[in-house]
Amino acid sequence: MSGREAILGKVRKSLGGGPNDAARMVAVEARLAKAPKGVIPERGQLDEKARRKLFVAMAERVSATVRQVKSYDDVPKAVAEYLRSRNLPAAIRVGADKRLAKMPWATQKALSIKHGASDGDDEAGVSHAFGAIAESGTLALTSGGDNPTTINFLPEHHIVVLDAKDVAGDMETVLAKVRRQFGKGEMPRTLNFITGPSRSGDIEQKLLLGAHGPRALHIIMVGG
Amino acid sequence: MEITSPRFKQNAREALADPQLQKAMGNVRSGFIDKRQAAVEALPEFDALRDNARAIKDHALSNLDLYLEAYEAKVRAAGGFVHWAETAEDARTVILDICRAAGARTVTKGKSMITEEIGLNEFFEKNGVKPVETDLGEYIIQLRGEHPSHIIAPAVHLNKEQVEADFRRVHDHLPASRDLSEPEALLGEARRVLRAAYFDADVGITGANFLVAETGSSIIVTNEGNGDLTQILPKVHIVLASLEKIVPTLEDAAQILRVLARSATGQDMSVYTTVSTGPRRLDDPDGPEEYHVVLLDNGRSSMLGTEFQDMLRCIRCGACMNHCPVYHEIGGHAYGWVYPGPMGAVLTPALIGVDKAGHLPNASTFCGRCEAVCPMRIPLPKMMRHWREREFERGLNPATARGGLKLWAFFAKRPWLYRLTTSMAIPVLSLFGGRKGRFRFLPLAGGWTRHRDLPAPESRTFMQQWRGREALKQETGGKQGAAR
Repeated sequence: MSGREAILGKVRKSLGGGPNDAARMVAVEARLAKAPKGVIPERGQLDEKARRKLFVAMAERVSATVRQVKSYDDVPKAVAEYLRSRNLPAAIRVGADKRLAKMPWATQKALSIKHGASDGDDEAGVSHAFGAIAESGTLALTSGGDNPTTINFLPEHHIVVLDAKDVAGDMETVLAKVRRQFGKGEMPRTLNFITGPSRSGDIEQKLLLGAHGPRALHIIMVGG
Repeated sequence: MEITSPRFKQNAREALADPQLQKAMGNVRSGFIDKRQAAVEALPEFDALRDNARAIKDHALSNLDLYLEAYEAKVRAAGGFVHWAETAEDARTVILDICRAAGARTVTKGKSMITEEIGLNEFFEKNGVKPVETDLGEYIIQLRGEHPSHIIAPAVHLNKEQVEADFRRVHDHLPASRDLSEPEALLGEARRVLRAAYFDADVGITGANFLVAETGSSIIVTNEGNGDLTQILPKVHIVLASLEKIVPTLEDAAQILRVLARSATGQDMSVYTTVSTGPRRLDDPDGPEEYHVVLLDNGRSSMLGTEFQDMLRCIRCGACMNHCPVYHEIGGHAYGWVYPGPMGAVLTPALIGVDKAGHLPNASTFCGRCEAVCPMRIPLPKMMRHWREREFERGLNPATARGGLKLWAFFAKRPWLYRLTTSMAIPVLSLFGGRKGRFRFLPLAGGWTRHRDLPAPESRTFMQQWRGREALKQETGGKQGAAR
């Protein structure tokens, strides 16, 4: 008997399986199909303007920095200014995201841009967020050529461009958007929820930023 | 790992006499409790979320076979492999086979208590594979040849001077004159050393906080980002998870995530919550080429349908040990195996046998704080009591304890005799208790009085006092009623 059959057999036996299997199957299929929402905290259930304000406040509370700009055209300048303010070399790593590609990078003549996945030598990487959660100040990013996952983790500084329209109140709203975009039950290879820069409290419970992932998380919120 | 649970009492005595440990445990007593409290108070829906989290897990456990099958089908559809392991040995074998097929010499590991449970590191070393722990706390204890003393803060039993000494000993390629006096410097050094390891590794192994049946995804939660670098850089990602990690949908995971980080560290969300599904896709420039899930039973299926089923709701937040007065005093290693604190006192006997771990459920004051803070509302004290019953049924307690219990039971079953005896004994004890109202020593109670005083009883028994109270109520009943 294979491990699979042995384990499933033991589970069924322990659950006293058999007589009510049909009813159980119906319940399981219904839950998988409907994916009911549970308790949604009031905190993030706000109008658009208040929701964005909450997102900024919550992100700053977990040590991210946030810069708000009017349009995508302002992003390259904001990126260059961030790098200067932190005394970083004028160099970034970006993926193939069209929203990022369309921006006027040529205005920042000193800025050198590498494309593709990070190789671990980048000081700063720029990604475009899939969405954000006001309730907890969390960013959502999806893997792929547009925004390679290595950019989220290898550079010392992670700069994330976020369309203010994509700020949701709660995680469930972002999950619904994942379903719309990728199909029900389908997922990108990696969906990252990121709440502030990397940290560790493993030495004497003292909280320190920059454990293995980025030391700094800078969010550039466009519009709103 | 060697199981030292049978010598729990000796372990506890040694822990109490260890000044380094006692200093480090001060960080647990002061840190976790206040942070959790603040996070919980800031979310009015916290208790409603706990109720729903419990309902989700109860539903998933009652239909575990069906959700496991649904989950497996989705993993395979996404291009991943699912391996079923009945025992720790099965899991070790299948993991080593995957590593050998990938030609792996170095394996990086995200934090996973289940790899501790199956003794994976020792097994790798015996078979010529080098495991590298990447969570900072896990890395530190790996250097020391130790095991975690806490399920989310594995090195909580250590002080920074001990970590500095280990880094100087192991990182001997670095200049001896460097300053490592502050935790920042220690973290920076570990970051640089481990960065190289991520790129060298052929296989990355992580645990899972959740397995999602709807999508075939595994979810891990970390603050450092080590679990992510462990899974996106090597060619092969192996997820080792026990059966009960299954939740039906992403929404169900979202509910439990809201109580997980708050209960663990007092954060609203951990820094990185990562949902992984299958290997890299055709157009992905990064991510693993192979994705394997090893589903471990190792005793879980036998807990289903018993009085210990509720324990399978555990999400490993650590709140129970953070609030446990016994854990605070003795730390995690005294428990003698992988899982310490109240959750360990319930889970360990189920996994390694009550004959070996019987001391653990006895090491509780039944103060109830663990159950009060458990986000999954697991009745931990009740289950410890179940283990005490089983220990007694199987005759595993020492003869004196059994004799004492039998004697007490004899009186308890004969209330008139019990009352008569106590009404005679209590005034005597009260008299001898003296003005201090407590005993430093009492015949037959040495096990208690060796470590603490026994409070002397009041001059009357509880029943006598109760009757007095009731009589008083009768007299003043009318007035009290009016006052209300």
